[in-house]
Amino acid sequence: MPMIPFPFDYYRPATLQEAVALFGELDAGGKRPLYYNGGTEILTLGRMREVHTEAVIDVKRIPECRMLGRHAGMFVWGASLTLSEVHDAGLFPLLGKTGAGVADRTSRNKITLGGNICSQFIYKEAVLPLLVTDSLVRIVGPTGDRVAPIGQLFDQTLRLGGGDLLVQAMTATGYAELPYVTIKRRKSSAIDYPLVTIAAIRTQEGMRFAFSGLCAFPFRSLEMEDILNNRELPIAQRIQLASAALPGPILNDIKGSALYRKHVWSVAMTEAMEALEKGASIGR
Amino acid sequence: MKEARCQLELRINGDTRLANAYPTDLLLDVLRDSFGLTGAKPGCRNGDCGACTVWVDGQPMKSCLLLAAECPGLEVTTIEGLKGGEMQRAFVEQFAFQCGYCTPGFIMNAEALSRLQPPPDEDTIRDWLQSNICRCTSYEEIRLAVREVIQRRSEGKLAEEAERLVEDGSGGMKGELNG
Repeated sequence: MPMIPFPFDYYRPATLQEAVALFGELDAGGKRPLYYNGGTEILTLGRMREVHTEAVIDVKRIPECRMLGRHAGMFVWGASLTLSEVHDAGLFPLLGKTGAGVADRTSRNKITLGGNICSQFIYKEAVLPLLVTDSLVRIVGPTGDRVAPIGQLFDQTLRLGGGDLLVQAMTATGYAELPYVTIKRRKSSAIDYPLVTIAAIRTQEGMRFAFSGLCAFPFRSLEMEDILNNRELPIAQRIQLASAALPGPILNDIKGSALYRKHVWSVAMTEAMEALEKGASIGR
Repeated sequence: MKEARCQLELRINGDTRLANAYPTDLLLDVLRDSFGLTGAKPGCRNGDCGACTVWVDGQPMKSCLLLAAECPGLEVTTIEGLKGGEMQRAFVEQFAFQCGYCTPGFIMNAEALSRLQPPPDEDTIRDWLQSNICRCTSYEEIRLAVREVIQRRSEGKLAEEAERLVEDGSGGMKGELNG
């Protein structure tokens, strides 16, 4: 029984330039190509005909996409690193542990950082630590090779042009020294999409937060952060006020009603803020 | 669009094998249909159940989430490649299965887990074992089998290390004495 109900061709370019050129050729030929990293989403959604392509371009052996390390005061995360590799490297626990909340271990041995950030699913939890750390992303595409702050490109999804490939993310290494919180709350089972996921850090200027599962997209809101950092008010009141400044309606679905999600978020936020204000970290 | 087969050279259980496969063929299906390696079980075919777990370059992965076309140049190990061993014996001794359908996937995952250095703690064991589903719910027995092997290996490594230190006469003190 074939799992993928439509045929496609498989390409494995050796360089970024080859990958981008190949994408252009296949796209011009009407093949609706997709870059393929871990490929888990293409395979599972393809099975349900929610993704269609006639060509996949496997980029995960391109050296730049596999990079992991420090360079010029930045951690460099190749987009083809698996979530397990990012976690096991232990360089930046906020990113490693937030990614480790996605799916299960053997799936995370295949799911990549880039794949998660560019996912069609609404959660994209690996992007949260990058948002709160003002990380940079390197994109290669038909218009060239560029680096931009993720906050400029991520608006509900990573806004890429046709043929653009996310190659790397880069995070200033100093963020690894700061108090952080990563909390994921699910409805019941240990493996599931989130009711809410919170990634947060405390810098000298204040606390920063990014959320997944609360609205129909992951986000960081500076307006909410202003409210949450107003230490003249008690934490509970700040959370209540911040909930009125959400950038969209709270999700209301089979996994949790909007009211329930708001409650779970409020409880988790209390825990997160109490820890951060004491300079403590929470990673789970 | 008509799909064309391609010839893939794969490394399976230490041997080089050739398969004529479509680009959309899953590693799971190629292992079973081209090579008769039926230890990897088709369960959910959606990356959820773990019954099809194999190793790719030593990492446990679900073979339903892999195209065979991704695998040339990588070392694939299936349950047949383990040829029995300590983990399998522990599953038998602890009655860590009922129907047995999930067992190869659990053993592939657990065997990789038991080789981690340093030995995995309880949180890591729990985290890894969540990758596999047993519909007969033998979870407690499976956990006991896995812990038993991890503990035995950990003790064996400590014993080996102690023996080595005695043999080289250092008594483990060299580094400390020399600061």
